[in-house]
Amino acid sequence: MSQATVQTPDKIVFKKQSQAKEVWRRYKKNKGAVIGLVLFSFILILLAGANFIVPYSAATKGVFSQINQPPSSEHLFGTDSYGRDVFARVLYGGRTSLMVALLATASSCLIGSTLGAIAGYFGGRVDGVIMRSLDIFMSIPDILFTMAVVFALGANFQNLLIALTLAYFTNYVRLVRSQVLNLAEQDYVEAAKAGGSGSTRIILTHILPNAMGVIIVNTTLNVAKIILYESTLSFLGLGMPPPAPAWGLMLAEAREFMRAAPHLMFFPAVAIVVSASSINLIGDGLRDALDPKLKS
Amino acid sequence: MYRYVINRLLFLIPSVLGVIFILFLVMSMTPGDPARILLGDAASQAQVDELNRQLGYDLPFMEKYVRYVYKMVVEQDFGVSYFTKQSVFEEIWPRYKVTVSLAFIGIVLSSLIGIPFGIYTAVRQYSLWDTIPSLIAFFIAAIPSFVLGMLLLYAFSLQLNWLPSYGIESFSSFIMPALAVSIPPAAFNLRFTKSSMLESIRQDYVRTARAKGASEHTVIWKHALHNALLPVVTNVGMSLGNLICGAVVAEKLFSIPGIGSLIVDRITYKDEPVIIAGTILISVCFTVVMLLVDLIYAYIDPRIRAKYARVKG
Repeated sequence: MSQATVQTPDKIVFKKQSQAKEVWRRYKKNKGAVIGLVLFSFILILLAGANFIVPYSAATKGVFSQINQPPSSEHLFGTDSYGRDVFARVLYGGRTSLMVALLATASSCLIGSTLGAIAGYFGGRVDGVIMRSLDIFMSIPDILFTMAVVFALGANFQNLLIALTLAYFTNYVRLVRSQVLNLAEQDYVEAAKAGGSGSTRIILTHILPNAMGVIIVNTTLNVAKIILYESTLSFLGLGMPPPAPAWGLMLAEAREFMRAAPHLMFFPAVAIVVSASSINLIGDGLRDALDPKLKS
Repeated sequence: MYRYVINRLLFLIPSVLGVIFILFLVMSMTPGDPARILLGDAASQAQVDELNRQLGYDLPFMEKYVRYVYKMVVEQDFGVSYFTKQSVFEEIWPRYKVTVSLAFIGIVLSSLIGIPFGIYTAVRQYSLWDTIPSLIAFFIAAIPSFVLGMLLLYAFSLQLNWLPSYGIESFSSFIMPALAVSIPPAAFNLRFTKSSMLESIRQDYVRTARAKGASEHTVIWKHALHNALLPVVTNVGMSLGNLICGAVVAEKLFSIPGIGSLIVDRITYKDEPVIIAGTILISVCFTVVMLLVDLIYAYIDPRIRAKYARVKG
């Protein structure tokens, strides 16, 4: 009894937490999301520190006396059909894949969000033109459009970015447009209008920050989608040209040696699955953390 | 409702023209002289110019575009392949059917697998019947379809020797491509159906149905499912693009003579007429199917039906 203390009201401190802290608190509660974050951080560290682990030359220059060797202490993931170190190729290939995915996500988000914000905010004829053109644009399956772009421009890093951006910006137009349509009717936007703010200012300071949650979640999940799509393109020979290490390309090469050297297939496949699923976990966690109402 | 159908049908024409225009525009950025590719290096410049004139390759862009559409629609003439020197249409048509049937199998199988599992996992949420399929679907969502195809190939062709690894001659050779095409969208459908169903189960009208004493069976099948399936229909339409991507991959992986593998192979040979015709044909088919999905959606969603009925009356 003596230990029971009654908390006096003045001891309760209502600390105003920042939005980010609140989101982080909710995010931490989600086991899957934390696992995803840890895994992905681990992958990022591995890829960033690749230079200190194995030299780049191991990924590109093969030793002909050591072809298709199974994993050993010398070659952690074995060697491929050119005698190149698979571990090194997975690491440097991951750099390319992740770089492509991040850059393509950023550019498609930027272009798509801008178009979507314009369409949603101005409405009327501007909206009609943008959305009808988008409908037509979306009538071409991504893979076919990518094929056309790669065929016309050639396969290299820059064109791959262009092709991926063109395939993925459409999501953002629709997403941001619908968000803006909802938010433009809010009272604070009316107030800003009455206060004499210009359209650009209203979009940038009042509407976009409130649409940010949905955009962030979508962007995260998009990175995973682009990693998968990019590997598919590399596999079809539409991605990075051959000498460069890329996960899809490694798998395409591994296909011919499936019987003799299944490890060639195993490691890049695991790399793709682990990175894509860890990003998906992060994305799902962010969605629940940013919008607790939607939590299932 | 008729107004809606007619509106949508009329929009098909500018859509198809627009699709061809966009693809044509992208292709026009290709460097290289078409007649030079056709005739080879030995031909004189005069011959090259003559052939370019004959085939209409020297015309301005818009004129070329109009001519192409006219020939395509009226004469089913897609030009001549640079590589085989044969009529593109003859070459593409048999392959077109293969690709379309593969994609069709994909839609049917992925819906048949994904949607029922999605419903079931939502109804039995947090049970083992939810956790295991959901976990599998989660991992499949992170596996590109070509990796899945390679795994199937490794397991069923190389290790177990049950199924042939290429071609489409027999039924058994169709199994693996069909699985490779339909499993990834099936996982996608499962995840989507599940979340749609969960959302539907939490709605007030479901609570009302329970409160008034409807049996669990009626609540799930009549009240919750009907509303949950609407977005699922749209989702099946949205997954079509991925299906076509999957079909291209499966064709390449299992050496199936479809349009996707044809286009990929001809990119190396700079065979522009085949590539442009192939992309146009598939995109047009895609546009038509998307239209069908929209119409089905409008048909099953009473809200849209009501909206247009009111406009009419």
